Amino acid sequence: MTTQMFGAPIRRKEDPRLVTGGGRYLDDLGHDALAAAFVRSPHAHARIVDIDASEATEVEGVVGIYVHEDLPGRVGEPLPLLIPHPTLTHGRTGYALAKDEVNHVGEPIVMVVATDRYVAEDACQRIRVTYDQLPVVVGIEAARSGELLVHDDVPDNVAAHMLQEVGDVEAAMAAAPHTLTLDLDIERSACMPMEGKGVYARWDRDRGELRMYSSTQTSTGVRAAVAAKLDLPLAKVECIAPDVGGGFGVKIVHPWPEEVLVPWAAILLGRPVKWAEDRREHFISAAHERGQLQQVTVGFDDDGHLLALDVKLWHDNGAYTPYGIIVPIITSTQLLGPYKPGTYRCEFWSLYTNTVLVTPYRGAGRPQGCFAMERTMDAIADELGLDRAEVRSRNFILPTEMPWDHGLLFQDGRPLKYDSGDFPASLAKLKDLVGWDDFADYRRQAESEGRKVGLGIGCYVEGTGVGPYEGGHIQIETSGRVNVSTGLTSQGQGHETVFAQIVAQELGVRMEDVFVTTGDTRKMAYAVGTFASRAAVMSGSAIALAARNVRAKALRIAADALEVSPEDLEIVEGTVRVKGAPATSMTLGTVSVLSNPLRYAFDEAAKAATQFAGTFDPDKPPVAEDEEPGLEGKDFYSPTQATFANGMHAAIVETDPVTAEIRILRYCVIHDCGTMINPMIVEGQVHGGVAQGVGGALYERMAYDESGQLLNASFMDFLMPYASEVPTIEADHLETPSPLNPLGIKGAGEAGCIPVSAVIASAIEDAEGFPITRMPISPYDLWELRRRHADGEIPSLHRTSRTTSTPSPSSKEPTA
Amino acid sequence: MKPAPFEHHAPLTVEQAVSVLTEVGHDGKVLAGGQSLIPILNMRLASPAHLVDINRVAGLDTVEVTPEAVRVGALVRHAGLERSAEAYAALPLLRQALVNVAHPAIRNRGTTVGSIAHADAAGEMPAILALTDGVVEVAGPSGSREVAWSDFFLGALETSLAAEELAVAVRFGRFPAGTGTAFTEAARRHGDYAMAGVGVALTVADGVVSGARASFVSVTDVPSVLDLGPALDGVEPGSGEWDAALDTVAEAVRGHVEPEGDIHASADYRRMLVTELTRRVLPQAADRAGAIA
Repeated sequence: MTTQMFGAPIRRKEDPRLVTGGGRYLDDLGHDALAAAFVRSPHAHARIVDIDASEATEVEGVVGIYVHEDLPGRVGEPLPLLIPHPTLTHGRTGYALAKDEVNHVGEPIVMVVATDRYVAEDACQRIRVTYDQLPVVVGIEAARSGELLVHDDVPDNVAAHMLQEVGDVEAAMAAAPHTLTLDLDIERSACMPMEGKGVYARWDRDRGELRMYSSTQTSTGVRAAVAAKLDLPLAKVECIAPDVGGGFGVKIVHPWPEEVLVPWAAILLGRPVKWAEDRREHFISAAHERGQLQQVTVGFDDDGHLLALDVKLWHDNGAYTPYGIIVPIITSTQLLGPYKPGTYRCEFWSLYTNTVLVTPYRGAGRPQGCFAMERTMDAIADELGLDRAEVRSRNFILPTEMPWDHGLLFQDGRPLKYDSGDFPASLAKLKDLVGWDDFADYRRQAESEGRKVGLGIGCYVEGTGVGPYEGGHIQIETSGRVNVSTGLTSQGQGHETVFAQIVAQELGVRMEDVFVTTGDTRKMAYAVGTFASRAAVMSGSAIALAARNVRAKALRIAADALEVSPEDLEIVEGTVRVKGAPATSMTLGTVSVLSNPLRYAFDEAAKAATQFAGTFDPDKPPVAEDEEPGLEGKDFYSPTQATFANGMHAAIVETDPVTAEIRILRYCVIHDCGTMINPMIVEGQVHGGVAQGVGGALYERMAYDESGQLLNASFMDFLMPYASEVPTIEADHLETPSPLNPLGIKGAGEAGCIPVSAVIASAIEDAEGFPITRMPISPYDLWELRRRHADGEIPSLHRTSRTTSTPSPSSKEPTA
Repeated sequence: MKPAPFEHHAPLTVEQAVSVLTEVGHDGKVLAGGQSLIPILNMRLASPAHLVDINRVAGLDTVEVTPEAVRVGALVRHAGLERSAEAYAALPLLRQALVNVAHPAIRNRGTTVGSIAHADAAGEMPAILALTDGVVEVAGPSGSREVAWSDFFLGALETSLAAEELAVAVRFGRFPAGTGTAFTEAARRHGDYAMAGVGVALTVADGVVSGARASFVSVTDVPSVLDLGPALDGVEPGSGEWDAALDTVAEAVRGHVEPEGDIHASADYRRMLVTELTRRVLPQAADRAGAIA
């Protein structure tokens, strides 16, 4: 039998190339291209009075200088609002180059094209822009007060106001024996891929064809948007995503101003043009995420069962809303996690501020939602004196209750209906892994040494693999080489490996014979993109279906040639053979030869398919009526809804009693993404996600001052964790297959980062004995909280159930 | 993030370097390891018209140990000094501090003298020069001169080095026998600029402290030395008296430092932090003094 490929922890096919410098990223291309650089707004909110580029035109090597007035037709119109929504009543998008007004520091105003980037930046420095500064709105509180406006025609700065309610929350809340209200705060962070954005465009004047490369998460999306903007036939635009050094969400937004301007300039000048984003540009002119204020009111019974959950969110969407209100929609729906809320109402306001726009970043609103829900769970446990894991457990949706329909609409406009999951089993595994029930002893020991330690927990459910669809195409060459193509892009996930595993398994071929291409509109014109933990689910399923088509075709052709029934055949390591009589066989390469009747024998193998070779039925056409030439197949996968993965994390932290420095001693993960294609890659995704989560919990924030200047727009002051800050991650898996797709898989890309802020907050709260309501948290923040706690400004936890050094378990404490 | 145009000079001798510096005056900047300068250029926070690249100058890449000092040439990389067995034997404090300078990749390229000439209050090595009562050797158009550390640092990023002068070496002074040293700092991330840092040198004679001093990172404008003698002299490390003496030290540190707040931590936090770090690092130094004694 062929070695089991699906589910095996196979090393990544792409790594030898990528780790030995063989990657071809955007800036590795187009060395003959002109370079673009941008004058960007130094002000958060201002009217553009005058632009004087006279000095810049004198710089040797400058080829063109462009402002908004120079942009013709649709190029000069606002960028598209990609995801409209009925409640997004005041959606606004920027221009490729600012028209009259700028709404955040970093907004592009002038594009300079020059012989190289150095010259282009020299010219930028000589362009004088005169501004009339306008009042600035920074921070959610300033935005929601509505005293000052970001956009004159958007009252109260409200882009969208949305409400979803299931059940009668008011009545349930009024009847609840206990209620609590929590005010919570999550600050901004950002994707920060190692490679910034970038665009490179070439125009073939004679053929009227544009080829562009973009460091994007959606080459089909960029292609369609650019064709529309530049008024080109789609057939005359190609877009290729080369190797992409990370995306994490920011590169799904499109078209970025540069994705329109660079091709436009390439056509105008008749010369290739390239722009590679630098880190400062990425900080101030790409996108951020996370920032929300939240108010949770919860009603519950004496046992900690949720009866009513009433959530209000104020979401900072930055200056524009090109990606709609996907982030707050996800927060408001995925907040529920693995729990039954009893009744649920969630209302959010998506607010404009004079800051960089906010679009999905790995987790995409879920870390905020998880924070709200999990802080609430801990608060209920504290209020009732119950074990925190026990309170969660009592509210779980049970496996027998699947599929579970929350009665809400998810981000794809489809019902929020969990397909599968075994939350009690996940929790049991997690408690085991972290030693939940032994923690009291551990804490007692630590306290006797003068150390403060705490244990935290966080659970989440993640809707992954949203539609509308993806496709897969497979073609087997006469050499036996298997070419696989799918349209979505790769940013380092390991698609070349996992898609090859699927094909190897489905077709019965060797891994080394499978070659995967992604994100090239020349190979697969129909695709959506890589986001929402969807690549494995969507393209993986499509590729599996395509492989099944190819397999069926191969068996048909081979059965005919070997004069047996297709049912009697199997494919093993690229050879079709009769079950039980393996000597009767032919390779898939030979089947490929037979599949394509030839007139010309271009090599030895091809002879077999030429018209005078062998025998044939003169009454039948060389290609049967219901067949196509070639051993290839294509299929698409389009699910009715997302598939819901889940996970539970726990951490032990230590806080320094004097300096308030915070150290993660242990970090434990139980992760369930259904059937795993490659556990090693899943684990890598989880590790990377947790690392980003640790950044969001303890290090990263966007420090805007009152005037809208980002004070930490560099890796010196924006604290992405180094390897030295990321704890060893102990991960274990549960595999609850999804019933929704042919492989039983669920997405895994975002998972790791979702609960980290909730988990760390829970652990610090447990160590300190007062509520943690705001993340991220630095040693200085914690030190300040201790001071305010000592001054009586922050209440203590009740901690009646806390497993402290005083061994006096209350009757309510679980006996587990 | 591309620098403005500049002329690159590559002198081969100290004399040539000084001559170019004299010629270009304030339009010139010395390039050694470039670990601070290059980012500044790339962000166009500075646009000197001339870079005087001293990397080809002969004779500046040596570490010499004398009975009085460890002399470090202007092209000695942090990593080279960190790994020098002779320097470590003579003055363990150097390695104790150097492992806190950024990350290995930066230490491989960055120079110790460059870091001192840059005079960033968040730099470890300026503080170490102060703690060791060190000297900067300077070459200029009218010959060489030596500048004591206390005359060298004038303010944040400001030294008494004239535009036409080149710092060719520094000499870190060695401590008397019976001295233990230690260095610690707290940064948001490993290798970042410290929120606060402290180096101490403590001499023990006949079982009691006979001299102690400290200098600080990120909490004073310019490197300065706090004499801990008044608090610790005559005290036996680890004795009952020691803890009370540490309280006195803490008080002295609190009064000595002048931290500023930034987005990572307030001035008050940094003051608390450096006080606590000093408390924690002194017993280490005392242990080492004992080991040496």
